[in-house]
Amino acid sequence: MDFFGVNIPVYSWETVLGSAISGVFLGAIYALVALGLTLIYGVLHIINFAHGSLLMLAMYAVYFAWVYLGLDPYLAMLIVVPGGFAFGYALQRGVIGKVSHGRDEIILLATLGLAIIIENSAQFFFSANERQVQVRYDLDGIDLGVTFAVYPELLALGGSLLITLLLWLFMVYTDTGKAIRAVAKERRGAQLVGINVEHIFAISFGIGTACVAAAASLLAPTYTVHPQSGYLFVLIAFTVVVLGGMGSFVGALVGGFIIGITEQLGRLYLGESLGLITISAIFILILLFRPTGLFGQRAP
Amino acid sequence: MTETGRTLLWATLILALVAMPLAVSSGRWIEFLEFTLFVAVLGQGWNILGGYGGQYSFGHALFFGTGAYLQALLQFKFGFSPWIAMWFALAGGIAVGGAVGFLSFRYGLRGSYFALITLAFAEAFHVLSRSFISITEGGRGVQLALNQDPERALAMFQFNFAGPFLRAYGFYYTILIILLLAYAATWWMERTRFGAQLIAVRENEDAAEALGINAFRVKMGAICMSAGITAFAGIYYTQKFLFIDPGIAYGPSKSIEALVAPIIGGLGTVFGPLIGAIFIHGLGEFAKEMIGLVWADRPGLDLILFGIILILVLGFAPRGLVGISEAIWNRVRYRIRTLRSKTDA
Repeated sequence: MDFFGVNIPVYSWETVLGSAISGVFLGAIYALVALGLTLIYGVLHIINFAHGSLLMLAMYAVYFAWVYLGLDPYLAMLIVVPGGFAFGYALQRGVIGKVSHGRDEIILLATLGLAIIIENSAQFFFSANERQVQVRYDLDGIDLGVTFAVYPELLALGGSLLITLLLWLFMVYTDTGKAIRAVAKERRGAQLVGINVEHIFAISFGIGTACVAAAASLLAPTYTVHPQSGYLFVLIAFTVVVLGGMGSFVGALVGGFIIGITEQLGRLYLGESLGLITISAIFILILLFRPTGLFGQRAP
Repeated sequence: MTETGRTLLWATLILALVAMPLAVSSGRWIEFLEFTLFVAVLGQGWNILGGYGGQYSFGHALFFGTGAYLQALLQFKFGFSPWIAMWFALAGGIAVGGAVGFLSFRYGLRGSYFALITLAFAEAFHVLSRSFISITEGGRGVQLALNQDPERALAMFQFNFAGPFLRAYGFYYTILIILLLAYAATWWMERTRFGAQLIAVRENEDAAEALGINAFRVKMGAICMSAGITAFAGIYYTQKFLFIDPGIAYGPSKSIEALVAPIIGGLGTVFGPLIGAIFIHGLGEFAKEMIGLVWADRPGLDLILFGIILILVLGFAPRGLVGISEAIWNRVRYRIRTLRSKTDA
């Protein structure tokens, strides 16, 4: 088939299945990035435009931990996740909360400003060169019949599921988790029963950033890092969050897998470049026709 | 400040811009001014929709890129004259604006959602312009042929081989004319019924509707006007550089450039985008010079500064530089008045 010079091929079911399975692995990472975004949206009701640049920053942290400390990227998680939490907490408490005066559209623009600062600082200090962590096991893996899964992919899938589960348990069983959910549901009411809303905002932002830091560790063996590497992920994470429903954890997970599989199949059928149009198309259609997404409750 | 005083001030600023080439002869300065005015036009495009209409678009590259691509492709593929291609590029930009506006406003997208959908459309166009190689030349971009015939410089809208005056100042006056048209249109809009309705929709859409304003129609008008001005910036870009590619046209940097200047200068004011553009690019250039003395030239510094100023303005001067200067002026006037009344007594 030929469509304006774009050739659409026909494949055997093994190839398609193999592509879909690699989409599941990719989707796990998207889900993890989207998880942080959806949490922040659920509580603060804003899209965090700095999310992608925070991911990029965490990827640099993992890379430098590997270069200077010789840390394995998965071990680096022990440093970058608490570091990410602290950074996110400070960012919300010290910058975003301070300048926004509680106005949503200003929070939106403030996160965009932060994204500009972080991205260009990376450009300025680390240059635009692409860098990548080299691990010994990045090409080893398990043969799944229709496709070959390398260990970094399997670890990314397992890690994402585990972190989602932990976060869910945290939200359901701890006092802080309950406070976060209370603030997300009813800000004024939560304030009245004595919850420190500013603190909860910052905690949520911190957890969101910690999720991104964990994602960075899981991504490090398979992706290069450069100042713009967050941009692509953040666009996809926006799509995942909108598809799954803003503020919904299950939605982020399911949405991540749907987008991962769609992207891989899109690449298979439409080619590396045009394949990405499937993501933009889903994004636009969901925004227009079902802005609450698959699992979201609140209309915008 | 009185209306006459303000008009006088702006008239002086415009006159200064018109007469600028008399004062500066260095090519580098003219380049800098051209770029600043270009950003001021881009910013005014954003300001119509974002500043006056309260609809924050994060994908204005959509309109810039469409204008730039149509201007390039109509000449490259079909041999259009640039002066004819221009109108199609303008119409194309407005049409894309209208289509995106129709979809977004029809389905009631506001705030974060509107920002997201504009971003999504810009990204979709980015992917499409990179992928349909038979139409757009793909990632290689479109390179227009350089006209080397001085006789045809004006006909080809290319000043590289024109006479000495046009070669030096042709594009400066081109962007200045575009700027004056865009700013005059904004100034006029502010004084029409449409402008008042747009501001009402920004302040409170539901209340505006209750007063009988058709918010959908008002927002459609705003996005079309906004897209038209932004597409004009794209047309200028293509003629100036004779080159466009998917990253320049639809990448995120033009969308960001478009919104930084008006926010810093003053949202919803006629001259905010110009003041913002002059301020940030002046500062950016200065910072580059300073850092160039101690460090090798590295990209990114000016944008770091823009980001910091953006956040500071958002937090502490929501009405931008125009707001700050008006506050200072009012205080000075108050001082003078109190001093006067004291001396009178």
